[in-house]
Amino acid sequence: MSIDINTVRKVAKLARIRTTDAETEVLSGELSKILKMIEQLNEVNTDGVEPMTSVIEMKMPEREDKVTDGGIPEKILANAPEHTAGFFVVPKVVE
Amino acid sequence: MAHALLKGETGDWEMVIGLEVHAQVLTKSKLFSGASADFGAAPNAQVSPIDAGMPGMLPVINKLCIEKAVRTGLGLNAKINMYSVFERKNYFYPDLPQGYQISQYQHPIVGEGIIEIDLPDGSIKKIGIERLHLEQDAGKSLHDQHPSKSYVDLNRSGNPLMEIVSKPDMNSAEEAAAYVTKLRAIVRYLDTCDGNMDEGSMRCDVNLSMRRPGAPLGTRCEIKNVNSIRFVQQAIEYEARRQIEVLEGGGKITQETRLFDTKNGTTRTMRSKEDAHDYRYFPDPDLLPLKLEQAFVDDIKKTLPELPDAKKKRFIDMGLSPYDASVLVAEKERADFYEKVADNNDPKLAANWVTTELAGALNKAGKALHDSPISAEKLGGLLKLIADNTISGKIAKEVFSEMFATGKDAAKIVDEKGLKQVTDTGTIEKLVNEVLAENPDKVAEYKAGKDKMFGFFVGQVLKRSGGKANPAMVNDLLKAKLGS
Amino acid sequence: MKNLTTLTIKEALIGLKKKEFTAVELTEAHIKAAEAARHLNCYITETFDLARKQAKESDARYAKGTAGLLDGIPVAMKDLFCTEGIQTTAASNILKGFKPPYESTVSANLWRDGATMLGKANLDEFAMGSSNTTSAFGNVINPWRSKNHDKPLVPGGSGGGSAAAVAARIAMGATGTDTGGSIRQPAAFCGIAGIKPTYGRCSRFGIVAFASSLDQAGPTARTSEDCALMLQSMAGYDPKDSTSVNRPVPEYSKSIGQSVKGLKVGVPKEYRIDGTNPEIIKLWEKGVQMMKDAGAEIVDVSLPHTKYALQTYYVIAPAECSSNLARYDGVRFGLRVEGDNLVDTYEKTRAEGFGKEVKRRILIGTYVLSAGYYDAYYNKARSVRKLIWQDFINAYQKCDVLLTPTVPTPAFAIGENMQDPVTMYLNDVFTIPASMAGMPGMSLPVGLSSDGLPLGLQLLGKPFDEETVFKVAHVIEKAANFTALPQSLMSKAA
Ligand SMILES: [Mg+2]
Ligand SMILES: [Zn+2]
Repeated sequence: MSIDINTVRKVAKLARIRTTDAETEVLSGELSKILKMIEQLNEVNTDGVEPMTSVIEMKMPEREDKVTDGGIPEKILANAPEHTAGFFVVPKVVE
Repeated sequence: MAHALLKGETGDWEMVIGLEVHAQVLTKSKLFSGASADFGAAPNAQVSPIDAGMPGMLPVINKLCIEKAVRTGLGLNAKINMYSVFERKNYFYPDLPQGYQISQYQHPIVGEGIIEIDLPDGSIKKIGIERLHLEQDAGKSLHDQHPSKSYVDLNRSGNPLMEIVSKPDMNSAEEAAAYVTKLRAIVRYLDTCDGNMDEGSMRCDVNLSMRRPGAPLGTRCEIKNVNSIRFVQQAIEYEARRQIEVLEGGGKITQETRLFDTKNGTTRTMRSKEDAHDYRYFPDPDLLPLKLEQAFVDDIKKTLPELPDAKKKRFIDMGLSPYDASVLVAEKERADFYEKVADNNDPKLAANWVTTELAGALNKAGKALHDSPISAEKLGGLLKLIADNTISGKIAKEVFSEMFATGKDAAKIVDEKGLKQVTDTGTIEKLVNEVLAENPDKVAEYKAGKDKMFGFFVGQVLKRSGGKANPAMVNDLLKAKLGS
Repeated sequence: MKNLTTLTIKEALIGLKKKEFTAVELTEAHIKAAEAARHLNCYITETFDLARKQAKESDARYAKGTAGLLDGIPVAMKDLFCTEGIQTTAASNILKGFKPPYESTVSANLWRDGATMLGKANLDEFAMGSSNTTSAFGNVINPWRSKNHDKPLVPGGSGGGSAAAVAARIAMGATGTDTGGSIRQPAAFCGIAGIKPTYGRCSRFGIVAFASSLDQAGPTARTSEDCALMLQSMAGYDPKDSTSVNRPVPEYSKSIGQSVKGLKVGVPKEYRIDGTNPEIIKLWEKGVQMMKDAGAEIVDVSLPHTKYALQTYYVIAPAECSSNLARYDGVRFGLRVEGDNLVDTYEKTRAEGFGKEVKRRILIGTYVLSAGYYDAYYNKARSVRKLIWQDFINAYQKCDVLLTPTVPTPAFAIGENMQDPVTMYLNDVFTIPASMAGMPGMSLPVGLSSDGLPLGLQLLGKPFDEETVFKVAHVIEKAANFTALPQSLMSKAA
């Protein structure tokens, strides 16, 4: 399969990355090439193979229900491009 | 109960309702971070770098959340899945710091279950549970603080939620309300969620579609974040009418997400949904599959409390009416209160006092049960005074008012006010004799066959005793004296 | 006094203990060298003053006799490790100016053991690249030069800054992260050693994530023994990382000098691929001979799914990265480019904040996860990953360790291999399989090409058996006696 310009646009929208028309065109070619490479996987017979999630075989660790973090609003906000009165500030969201 | 059908211009319609309830797991800390999960802190004061989605931060699961999800699953008579997987649900929103929500998708921790709901007419309906899964809450966006900006508070970000999804088994707003009421009772009984809808600890998404009775399912709309039981009913009623209007006008329902406007009780399309969501779920590589052991589930099973349905059945067996029983078990607090009152007292009498006298007084005073000036023990004490004939039921009401006003013990009030019932035969006989002597004409009437006069004599004797004479003894003595 | 920058970590630790020189002197020597080598662009952020302060504290510990495992050793920290209060960029515009309010576990472990930090090393943006040419802070230049031309060479990637710094003697060791070869490939290009331990051996807490199921931290240094010392400090269980494995960390340096007699060394036939430089095949044969000479037994093994590792990687790594990089949205940290509305702000921020390669990978990752393609690409790749892992498990029934080349070619000139991404990706064919399977892998400098450029061999071990890898590495190291220096240092050494 190849990734046409419209698909690039759709995917870029999903990924929230603005692309110019020129970039979109270049990306369509590049992504199609990568996809073509990926599609060699179809040569492999994976019938009955359980997809792998993690290479480590152990029980997921769990923590106790204790408050050990938080209480640092100034540190949480320190790197924010815009904040006021303890809140992060973003352009208005319309619902 | 027969399906409540809605009348349209062109015939009857049936609602099909399914609910997704988000219930915050009752814990100290968040699902994947050690920040506090409490309600009401200053903005961003309960945020760990993990909850803020900072680079390199990793989730570690809170053990208690797993335990409480399983506990809730058991309370919903549901299948516990020994293998479940946390996946990422990817979308962009300012209150979703990681750019994804860690949730469970293909493999939830709890599978199918079933609960019973109590309908206003006293009947019972079974509602299927589709699944329960654990997931992170998002932060909170405030849109009304500034004309062109939104403010974001991440305190809620990462709070542990159980998303409980019902099957589309409900057919009226009342059933939906009864379902939420029952679910809330169950999680409160289990101590897995505080069920406080006004603090957002429980939130409902309503899925609703309309069809002709018996026809296949229609297209549904999802109404997001309906945050009280009353609003659930309002939203359903409005949305059902809206859909009927569209359908009868020859239109089609588009599957969409809608918002409930609490100000005017209507629903409207969410504008931010223009671009169709493609959540790109995939297993979270920062976490491993969650594998439970049977012994872990069995241990939780052993600690399950008696749940509302079982309690209701037991109350009915104790002699209560199904109505009283369901009123009492609807709130765990009320049921617990009742059981304390009923301890060593007549169950029916206790039920009456709790559901009528106390409930009425609290209601009049605008108080909740946990603010009651009369504790369960004290109310039980009052009932004991009735049972052992220290006071009559009538005097008891007087004592009750005094207790409600002052919080004093019943015995103390009876003592101080000298309200102790008179059971001394001599004293009562004296009063009986006085009344009969003062009313010879009435005695004659009675003897001539006017039976109604008997009540008059009883009333007079009681009045003369200041209400304290034991009514049964007054009855007996009068009967003896009048020779009937 | 001798030139302190030519010492290995092991030698420096001995010198410090014997009070032949101080930690301050050792650190100053490296700062001076780093200042002289700024044209290599190894550091995004220099932290010389911090290093001086740490060195002073280190000397105090030596005086008191409480010095730690790596006390006084100046290292470079790949700028993917979050360092509290110190700019951490992942070599991306989108994180310019970001100062984390926390410290990564691996860097914290190094500070606990007394290491000092010279700076945050340059890398490919978000560790995505094999030539360190995708950094928003400029290319890193390999200190090695070809005998046949004057063009500056790539140091490899993504850990190009780390590897070049160690090769140029401006850091004694450096941290790296390896997702598909980012420690091993630059080590091979720069003529140094580097190990990616077993997945789960080092904590990922505080490391800017690229592909979470693959990312693994490890050291790069000039000898296997130095790598062993560093790994001993960096590794360990961390309750803050759910994929960190709770098992004790062995004293890796004890593996150095042990015999390999009777050890079974597997040679996988699938690593003889078309396009591999014949000099590298020859080097590989030389490596096999070295093992035979040391008394090891050579076993032919097969890893049949090797040729699909690259394809698998280019589904799984972009898929995970597309999600991991969603947090860079201009809301809580990093760059924000204001737009007309929220979506516009998101799109402009991410368009300007991310470089070309990162965008390519986010888009391919978004595509393979999107509705309708998930099973065909993502699940397919996860199934093939299982087969690749199974290949290793099967091979390890027959041998204790695998010997392969690290990279199919020596370092190439900056600008080469850039015409299309797929060609560039081929750099990682030998390193990716072990990443997919989570196995430990190490690259060692073994010889020079006819161009005078370093060539490396790779050792792959069983899960959590880094000890055997170190043992074998040291044997090859001794036999290869790789003493060549980058041209930039030869005049100084003479
Ligand atoms: Mg939902
Ligand atoms: Zn949900």
